[in-house]
This record gives sequence, structure tokens and C-alpha cells, in this order.
Amino acid sequence: MDYSNTIYFAETWGLVILCTMFAVGVAYALWPSNKDKFEHAASLPLEENETSHEGGRHE
Amino acid sequence: MAFSHKTIEKNSILMLVLVLVVVSIGGLVEIVPLFFIKSTIEKVDGMRPYTPLELAGREIYIREGCYNCHSQMVRPLRAEVERYGHYSLAAESMYDHPFQWGSKRTGPDLARVGGKYSDEWHRLHLNKPTDVVPESVMPGYPFLNEPLDYKHMDAFLRANAIVGVPYTDDMIANAVADVEAQADPESEGYDALLERYGDNVNIRDFDGQGKQVTEMDAVIAYLQMLGTLVDFSTYDAKANNR
Amino acid sequence: MGCDGSADMAVKKGLSLPALITMILFAVGTLGGVIVSAGAWDAVMEFHALLFSAFFVGGILWIGSNIMSEPEQGYMDKIVRYGVVASTFWGVVGFLVGFLIAAQLAFPELNFDTSFLNFGRMRPLHTSAVIFAFGGNVLLCTSFYVVQRTCHARLWGGNLAWFVFWGYQFFIVLAATGYLLGVTQGKEYAEPEWYVDLWLTIVWVAYLLVFLGTLIKRKEPHIYVANWFYLGFIVTIAMLHLGNNMAVPVSIYSSQSIILYSGVQDALIQWWYGHNAVGFFLTAGFLAIMYYFIPKAVNRPVYSYRLSIIHFWALIFLYIWAGPHHLHYTALPDWSQTLGMVFSIMLWMPSWGGMINGLMTLSGAWDKLRTDPIVRMLVVSVAFYGMSTFEGPVMSIKAVNSLSHYTDWTVGHVHSGALGWVGFVSFGAIYCLAKWAFGRKQLYSNRLVEWHFWVSTIGIAIYVASMWVAGILQGLMWRAYDSLGFLQYSFAETVEQMHIYYVIRAFGGLLFVIGSFIMAYNIYRTIKGDVREGEEMPDEDVVPVAAE
Repeated sequence: MDYSNTIYFAETWGLVILCTMFAVGVAYALWPSNKDKFEHAASLPLEENETSHEGGRHE
Repeated sequence: MAFSHKTIEKNSILMLVLVLVVVSIGGLVEIVPLFFIKSTIEKVDGMRPYTPLELAGREIYIREGCYNCHSQMVRPLRAEVERYGHYSLAAESMYDHPFQWGSKRTGPDLARVGGKYSDEWHRLHLNKPTDVVPESVMPGYPFLNEPLDYKHMDAFLRANAIVGVPYTDDMIANAVADVEAQADPESEGYDALLERYGDNVNIRDFDGQGKQVTEMDAVIAYLQMLGTLVDFSTYDAKANNR
Repeated sequence: MGCDGSADMAVKKGLSLPALITMILFAVGTLGGVIVSAGAWDAVMEFHALLFSAFFVGGILWIGSNIMSEPEQGYMDKIVRYGVVASTFWGVVGFLVGFLIAAQLAFPELNFDTSFLNFGRMRPLHTSAVIFAFGGNVLLCTSFYVVQRTCHARLWGGNLAWFVFWGYQFFIVLAATGYLLGVTQGKEYAEPEWYVDLWLTIVWVAYLLVFLGTLIKRKEPHIYVANWFYLGFIVTIAMLHLGNNMAVPVSIYSSQSIILYSGVQDALIQWWYGHNAVGFFLTAGFLAIMYYFIPKAVNRPVYSYRLSIIHFWALIFLYIWAGPHHLHYTALPDWSQTLGMVFSIMLWMPSWGGMINGLMTLSGAWDKLRTDPIVRMLVVSVAFYGMSTFEGPVMSIKAVNSLSHYTDWTVGHVHSGALGWVGFVSFGAIYCLAKWAFGRKQLYSNRLVEWHFWVSTIGIAIYVASMWVAGILQGLMWRAYDSLGFLQYSFAETVEQMHIYYVIRAFGGLLFVIGSFIMAYNIYRTIKGDVREGEEMPDEDVVPVAAE
């Protein structure tokens, strides 16, 4: 392993891998069908939760 | 129900694994090559492991947190090279476990402080810095005039040898004797110490207080060798360009 | 782990098998401590080994008394309450030590020529106390609170959480006493020696188990984003801690060890650790607080949940690369420095994405900034986060860094993040938890929060401004040439110039300390259940948990 090999990898495959990872992340976050899921998740801290004090939330 | 629960469980583990993968990439790409690319550490003449007394001094330097205010890293910038001397090489800290490059200069850089001041100056300075540098904000270290505890120096060298510092069995076996020899120019161990560590070892009564080996002896021995090992007359900067 | 929620929450009294095993392990530990103490090579090991024994004996007694008493049902909130008190206590201690060492730099006589009050030993005490003792306790107690609420599940592992809490306090005591007695590894922000590191590893694994276990048994299909940040923080800190502290002890009877790496490799690993202690301890962990406490305090969902997902992954991916910017122009190879700089600059984007997400959560409720001092504290912390995450990338540019590095500019930068961002977001969370976890309808006094806010804000402004001026002045003086082409100033002359700024900085720090005392008093009275005269609120606020 030497320096120029590393650079070659970074400039080719490394770049492709990083861009793909970023694209996957953004796609997951913006995917339309995930909208409801995220909206529900965002409201989690605001839900009432004192019920659990008496022995947990019943499902 | 059982099935869906199982998938959920998998999800938090999945997240754990994903996080680990994502945070590992950067570290691996940056750190691993440092151990394998040969040019990371330059080829130089003159590097040797610390003598036991210097190593004990270095431990006191670390113990007192000197690294909080003093760097040991001269950067290759004009003003810095003129103030402190040749810029620091990676090779110069190759036996430093841990490195002491520092991050703050409340006081000046110490990478090349060795030989710049007399032992007596260091003594006065460490006892009460403002006696020799009136503007100084450095604390006094009069408590370093206590006897040095070096009875386990051999174990110390051995632990260093385990992590890769080239201490020989001979050096480890004579660690305690070498501590005493370096702080006493009249001692019988003089020649043996030079034979083990080379001719560029300072052998002096660093603290000027006679035979008793003090922490002051150790710290000054360490400070007086900092940055003096590498022979820059034979150093080829071009060949070691990274 | 069935589908029946109630069965999951109910806790039985009596001796369980894990408790029995723990007691046996503690008994073995007690014996081990005594043996090591008897054979110790140095006084600190002798003392610390005995401290270990004392801790284990205390642990056995704790378990014993716990068997007798009625266990807490439902969410584990008692530990959160302990955490609030511990956070406040360590915060005040850490800030006080910070003020003392700031004063020492202005007036070196304050070192008193003693070893244990010396700046070199007190500075690690300050950094560890504020980061690990104060910040760590805030993260522990908020994460325990948040993970239970957002998962609708009690903490996993029963009293394991208590082991985490007390084990972590014990780690702080070991580290702090060690520094003062001169036991340190000499790696910034990772000063504790090998046996303290091992202990922290055990505690941290237990923390991970509790947190992950709670996530796994959650009754809510989605994992809320705050928990991602907490998980990212816990896992990454484990990795960094293990990676950076690899060492060979001189002997089991010695408090000293030799770090596995040397020189340039050690430098990079240290700053890979050091920078990500900032990134994951002081950023990711506290962003988790932002993502729960701001929405909860203003009673609105986070501005964009989608942005928070991108924020999370981009932040944790990019941060890890940024470490080499601490080593610009050093003997670290250039390619590594360049990588560090590029990623540090890219990091600006997710940081500001997160800031925008936090600030915009308030849209539609901006009046709360005026009416609710706790909300103001939380929001201003996010503004400070934006400021220091802008300054950081600028300082990571090599040309800027050649001036700023080694100077007090860095100290100012750190404190705008530490006091402004970490400090204020923690204070906001502590105030919230003083109400929510103690079941108080309101704080003792909102007026005192106002005072805390303003005194601290002015303190931070003075601190940061003085360090900024001092740092740039220092950097310029170091590189100044006279007309003959010689260096214009000796180093001692540059030190002399710093004096006035060190005095001003110490004053700014003092204001921040005073602010923390105001908070401590307010928290104390709130816990007691007092309300300051004339500040009683009408019955409208929602109280998440009833008092015991």
C-alpha cells in the first residue's frame, strides 16, 4: 500500500461510494411514502406519557 | 406480533451497526496509512531512546502537565524556525509514548530547548520562574527538589520496550544504575552508560546538589536533551518530502 | 419481552440472580482492591485501590438495602433526579476550577508553589470536570429521561442503570483525585490512567446495554431522532475511548502506563479522539438534547424531521475525519492535514442544517423567546452552536490556523462552544428536568433564570472577546519582524501583553460561575417545592410526571 494507490482509490471508487451513500441518505429522508412515518415520529416527544407511571402503556 | 417485534429489535441493532460503520470510515482511512506508508517517519541519524534519567524527567514533565502550556513541535514557518530552530520531524518523537506536541503556547515551544540554557538557569527558573523571566506566568516548582523515586525504573523501561522502544535487556537490567550514573559525573557507571546510549548523553550533576538524585535532576536532564539528537548535517529534506 | 406493556413495567421486590452475582463480583473486587493497595508501588495506587474497595463495599450495602425497600414502579425517574443534582453540582465545581486557573494565568502567585494546586494539574481537572463530570452527567440523565419517554418503556436492566450512575461518579472521583496527585497519561482530555480507563470502559458498556436494551424493548415502532444522536454518541465514544487509551501498565501495582502508540501516530490518534470527543460527546449528545427538549419546551414538533435524518448521518460521517486540523503544519504528513481541513469545512453544512432545524422549531412560537427564559436559554444555545461551528471551519483552514494555532484564539473558540452551546443547552435541560422529573409545576423562580441567562451571556461575551483579541495579538506578535528583518518580540514580551486579557477573561469566567450559583440555588429551591413569592403560575402547564 502506498500513497499514490490510496489517492487513486480515493479519487475514483472512494468518491463514487461517498456520493452513493449521500444519495441513499437523502433519498431515504425525502422518499414520499416515508412522510407519514416521519411526521408521527416528530410528534413523539409531544405525546402524553404520564400513563406509564401507573404501570406502562397498554396496547 | 412476535414477528414484528423481532424486526424492530433488529432495527436498533441495525442502527448500532450502521453508526459504527459510518463513524469508522474516516478514522480508518486517516489512521491506518500512517502505520503502513513508509515515508511517514523520516530517515534520520542520531535518534536513540531516552536514558532512564531522561525518561524519569519526561514522566515528571507529563505528571506536572507541562504539555498544557508548552508545545514540542516547531512548525515549518519562517518566524517559527527563526525563533526555535529547525522544524520538528516525525522521527524526533518516534520514541515518545505518548507524544508531547502540545496544543497551546502559553509558554514557548520546547522542542529544541536542549542546550539553550545552562543547568543553573533551569534550576533557578523551575524554582521561581520570575527570578529569571520577570514577565513569566509559569508556576514555581520548588517541590521538584525532592528525591526521585526510581526503584522501579527497570519495569518502566520494560513497558516501553513492549510498545516498541528499542531498549535492550542490558539497558533494562541496568536502568537503576544508569539513573545514578547520569546524575553523577564521578560515578563508576559513566562509561557503561555511554556505551549503552551513545556519546550524546549529558552526564552532569544537573541540580547542583551532589549525589542525591532529585526530580530536578531528572527534569533538567530531560529538558537539556530535547531536540538535540538528530544530526541535521546529514538530514536530506528532499528525500523525506511527504 | 411480551406484548403486554404492563407486565413489562411492574418490578418485583427481592433478591434477583443478577443482584446476587453483582454482590459476589463486588466482594471479589473489594478483596482485589485491598491486595493491590497492600502491594502498591506508589502512594496514589495505594489510595485508589482502597477507594475501589470502598466503592465495592458501598455497592454491596446499596444492593442489600435495595432488596428490603419497595422498588420504583413505572419509568425510572429517580435516577434522572439524581442526575439533575449531580449535573448541577459538578457544573459548579468545574466552572469554579476554571475560574481559578484563569486567575492563575493572570496572577501566577495563585499557584502557591504547591504541586496539587498547580496550573498544570488543575487544568486537566477543569477540562475533565466540565466535559465529563458536568456534561457527562447531563447526558446520562437526559438520555435516561428521553429514551424512556420516546420509547414508552422503562429502562432495561433494572438497577444496571444505577450502576452506570454511581460507577460514573466514581470514575470522576478517581480521575479528579488522580490529577491533583499527579497521575495522568499526558493526553489531553484523556488524562485518566489505565485502571481508571478500564473502569470507565466497564461503566460505558453497561450504559450502552441499558440504552440499547431500552430501545430494543420499546413499544413505539419508530426510534425518535434524539435517540439516534444518543446512540451515536455512546457507541462512538466507546470506540474513541478504547482506540485512544491503548496502553501497557508498568505493573498492576503501579498507577502508570505506557501508551501503545508513539509520536506521529499517537498524535493523530489523540486528535482523532480529541476532536471527536467534541464531535460526539459535546455535539451529538447535546444535539440529542436539542431535538427533544426544544420541541417539548415549545410544544411543537421539530421543524423538519427529514432534515434531522440528513443532519444525523452527515454529521457523524463527516466529524470523524476532522481531527487532523489540530495538527496543521506539524510533522503529520500533508495529505492527512489536507483531508482534515476539507472535511472540517464540509462539516459546516450539517452543523448549520442542525442549527436551522433547532431554531425553526420555534416558528409560530417566537413569543416564547420573550416569555419563557428556559426556552430562551435553549434557543440561544443553538445560536452559539451556529457561531462556533462557523468559526471552527474557518480556523481549520491552514492559512488561518497558522496564525490561530497555539494561541488563546483556540481557547476562546472552545469556550464559545462550551459555555454558549453545551452550557446553555444543559442549563435549559436541567431547568426542564427540575420541573418534569421532580413533578413540579413550575420553577422556584423564572426571574432567577433571567438573571442566570443575562449574567452568563455577558460573561461569555467578555470571555470570548478577550480571548479573540488576545489570540490574534499573540499570533501576530510571534510572527512580527522589525525593519532589519529580525523577529520583533521575544516570547516573554508576548506573555506580558497577555496579562490584561487574562484579567478580563477571568472576570468573564467569574460572571459565568456566578450564573451557575444562581442556577444551583434555583434548582435547590425548586426541588424543595418552593415557589418564589409573586411568581405563582396559573394552572395550565402540563406536568409529564406526577410527584412521588
